[in-house]
Amino acid sequence: MSLEAMLIIAAILFAIGLYGSLARRNALAVLMSIELMFNAVNLTLVALAKYVAPLALDEDLAENLSGVLTGQVFAVFIITVAAAEIALGLGIVFAMYRNTESVDLTEVAELRN
Amino acid sequence: MLFQDVVFWTLGIVAIGAALGVVLIKDLFRAALLLVLVFASVAGFFVMLNAEFLAVVQVLIYVGAISILIIFAVMLTRDVQRGNMPNRLQVPAVLFAALLLSALVVVAVDTDWDLISEKDQEKVSLVQTSAVANIETEDLEASGLTTESEQAAARESGLADLLIGDFVLPFEAVSVLLLAALIGSLVLMRPRPPGSLN
Repeated sequence: MSLEAMLIIAAILFAIGLYGSLARRNALAVLMSIELMFNAVNLTLVALAKYVAPLALDEDLAENLSGVLTGQVFAVFIITVAAAEIALGLGIVFAMYRNTESVDLTEVAELRN
Repeated sequence: MLFQDVVFWTLGIVAIGAALGVVLIKDLFRAALLLVLVFASVAGFFVMLNAEFLAVVQVLIYVGAISILIIFAVMLTRDVQRGNMPNRLQVPAVLFAALLLSALVVVAVDTDWDLISEKDQEKVSLVQTSAVANIETEDLEASGLTTESEQAAARESGLADLLIGDFVLPFEAVSVLLLAALIGSLVLMRPRPPGSLN
């Protein structure tokens, strides 16, 4: 287990999510792929927070210990935004489904009715 | 160390395999279940990366809430039979994803990371775990934090402290964002009154 291995696994997850969000027809599948990408980014942030020295560490460790938690704080914000995104995304998918009886993104060319 | 490696690679293989399943399997319901597996293994990674609090949050929010929402949506839209069809962008999408993946891997391997030294690693791990655990004085001294002020700093620097301290502005912004998203999704989901134009 090393930083590089962790970063590569996160990169693979991100690439899979990117492929899924570009090449799928179903709006729900696209939302799921976006969640995959969010998770990959979180993994990267937390791994870097563990392994890479934040600038604060170089100076005075005792005074700047909180610097090592910054990556995790960012991950908390990303998780919150992801929750908001999925709630809104599903709302849009349902509105789309009510209007067109379909969640196929290739058939829905416009959001108006 | 060996045990950690075994767990790490198992989690990695499970996460990547399940993620491939999410985008390749035709049955959307099974794809959603595999997504839960990805979320769970990411939570496992968080535990290994000293982010126990995030692991718990991951299980609560992703495994508990988001996946349930997605499964509900899959079952409500009745498009499960036709499933998870690819669109015409198949080849460019694969190419683009592969290109991005190779770029990211090259960056990850090539960069000369300024890694934390073994000695500091223990301190960092103590501070990062302090978000969820009470740290014993012996552990602090064992990792080289001997003076009173250093120990106090390690004990007090939790995630919550940062969220309402240094990061209080983004914290408030995110709470407003959540409220807006809540209202927005309510407006989107509200059944239209009969006779209205839109």
